[in-house]
Amino acid sequence: MSAWADKLRMAIGGKRTAAAVERQRPTPPFWVMVQKEFGDHIRSWRFVILLAIVTLACIGSIYTAVTAIKAGATQADADVRFLFLSMFTISDGNLPNFLTFLSFLAPLIGIAIGFDSVNSERNKGTLSRVMSQPVHRDDFLNAKFVAGLLLIAVVVFSLGLLVMGMGLYTIGYPPTPEEFGRVVVTLLITTVYVGLWLNLSLLFSVKFKQAATSALAGIALWIFFLVFYSMIVNLIGNATAPGNLNDAAAVIGHSNWMQLLSRLSPAQLFQEAASTLLLPDVRTLNPFITQEQAYLAISAPLSFGQSTLLVWPHIVALIAETAVIFAASYVSFMRQEIRSRS
Amino acid sequence: MSIQAAEPVIELKNLVKKYGDFTAVDFLTLGIYPGEIFGLLGPNGAGKTTTILMMLGLTEPTSGSVKVCGIDSTRNPMQVKRKVGYMPDDVGFYEDRTAFDNLIYTARLNRIPEAEARQRAHLMLERVGLTEASGKKVGAFSRGMRQRLGLADVLIKKPDVIILDEPTLGIDPEGVRELLALIRDLSRTEGLTVLLSSHHLHQVQQICDRVGLFVRGKLIASGDIESLSRQLDGAPTHQVELDVVPASEALETALRELEGVTAVSRKETDRLAAIDAGAQTPVTLVVTSETELTAELANAVIRQDARLLGLRPHRYGLDDIYHRYFEGGEARERVG
Repeated sequence: MSAWADKLRMAIGGKRTAAAVERQRPTPPFWVMVQKEFGDHIRSWRFVILLAIVTLACIGSIYTAVTAIKAGATQADADVRFLFLSMFTISDGNLPNFLTFLSFLAPLIGIAIGFDSVNSERNKGTLSRVMSQPVHRDDFLNAKFVAGLLLIAVVVFSLGLLVMGMGLYTIGYPPTPEEFGRVVVTLLITTVYVGLWLNLSLLFSVKFKQAATSALAGIALWIFFLVFYSMIVNLIGNATAPGNLNDAAAVIGHSNWMQLLSRLSPAQLFQEAASTLLLPDVRTLNPFITQEQAYLAISAPLSFGQSTLLVWPHIVALIAETAVIFAASYVSFMRQEIRSRS
Repeated sequence: MSIQAAEPVIELKNLVKKYGDFTAVDFLTLGIYPGEIFGLLGPNGAGKTTTILMMLGLTEPTSGSVKVCGIDSTRNPMQVKRKVGYMPDDVGFYEDRTAFDNLIYTARLNRIPEAEARQRAHLMLERVGLTEASGKKVGAFSRGMRQRLGLADVLIKKPDVIILDEPTLGIDPEGVRELLALIRDLSRTEGLTVLLSSHHLHQVQQICDRVGLFVRGKLIASGDIESLSRQLDGAPTHQVELDVVPASEALETALRELEGVTAVSRKETDRLAAIDAGAQTPVTLVVTSETELTAELANAVIRQDARLLGLRPHRYGLDDIYHRYFEGGEARERVG
């Protein structure tokens, strides 16, 4: 026992000297800031609360999925090919499934992590102190973003893997490599999506002097996209619907427009992308298919590559929206004057 | 002056900063030399902080040039920030971290390796007398402790120049004295060049080698305290305070008739006290004259059979200089 402890101690000691050698080279200020931000997030109460909410959601969704699978297993179900994936998408009707939970909570994580990142430092007077150190001004904002994104990635992936693990334990049915790949890509998209909301709240925290205002702005936008946006698109759709339903070109053109409009919303993009990846049976996202297409199509799920191809534009659009928002906050931050506490 | 022979460490030339129509800094030219403590004095909103921000490259000047240690602050702010320690007014720290952690963070932002950063942080905390509080969270610090921690934070990167913006704001008198003594000591022992801004004139007077008076974006006077008073007054005047018992009208007239005396007045507070306690309480007379008359004044009091209890030749403080300037300034404005 003591020999084993000694060995362990030596291993740790050996590592420590290696780390000491590493420490001789100073870390660039950017990574110092990222480290600090990451540490601050993890230690904060906010993070504990978030984690609690998310864990509850995760347990709830597993529960509902498992009961649904058990109920479904008694019936003769044709499609057991993607049983593992259905962990994420089915529900017994009492609680929403994992995907719905995720699309609902993801923006909240992003907003909660970012909403006070710049303005609180400004109000506390730490911004001007940090800026008077030899660091580039943009490093500050970039560090905030990178640290937030890293944290989000950790949360999202641990959440996804937790659901997978618990699912494995409860249903005892292992995932195929393809299923695993689909889940991992979905989690990646989720990270990007949460990153988008993080950026949005970063933008608000640059723009608004009060943390409360920026939090409220973030939440307002979240509710807007989640609840009102589709209503508004519907309203516009009804108002501009072509009068003659026999004019196929006009109807299709109109429908394309409406789809474009609804896909401006990041929530819509995320939902379509994630559900396409987790439901291999989704063959197209186009509401119009001709009878021949529907009739002649082989009734088989899409392969992983094809599903990814189908949502590729969504992924690109999500990343593009994130980049645009980040650019906006970057520009407005660079133009701001840094004075102490003002 | 011998120090002026060297190249200036901070060199401002025709510096202008405009916010829309408002001119915050108006053609400012100023040189600060190695090893000196320079006090930038001015009322709130005079443009002191804006000037300092331009020195650090945190704000771009509208026109003109700023050089710190021979480096252009506008073009190479990074190099300047490596050499300059800046303590903003009302310095902020990460309140849920300890004083030590805050210092380490600053040190690491300056690319100081962690082991050395720890060593320096201990040293600096000892230097500013915060060793016992090093493990405390900054949120629990008093104003004076924060300010001292701010000084440690500025010094940990071993700067050539330190810029302190209103370092004494909101600290109690004893704290101010300690802080100023610390700054002076640092400047003398380590050869640091110090620029400190303030609107608190007495304090600046205690430690500054030179002072610049800064009003509405313009440097209206600079130099050591004596030359500043000469610069502002035009003709030099002298004031002497005399504590006398009893103070009679005859005595005042006699003093007034002395060659060179321009005014004799009683101090306000004493006038009230005299009513209560009768003629035996000392009264302070303030005598203003064009030339040095201290000895003659004493003589005159004794000749009038009064007892002279105190005699204080009044040296000009910055308060008076400042006050005088503003009196003049307003008068001039009213005429214009």
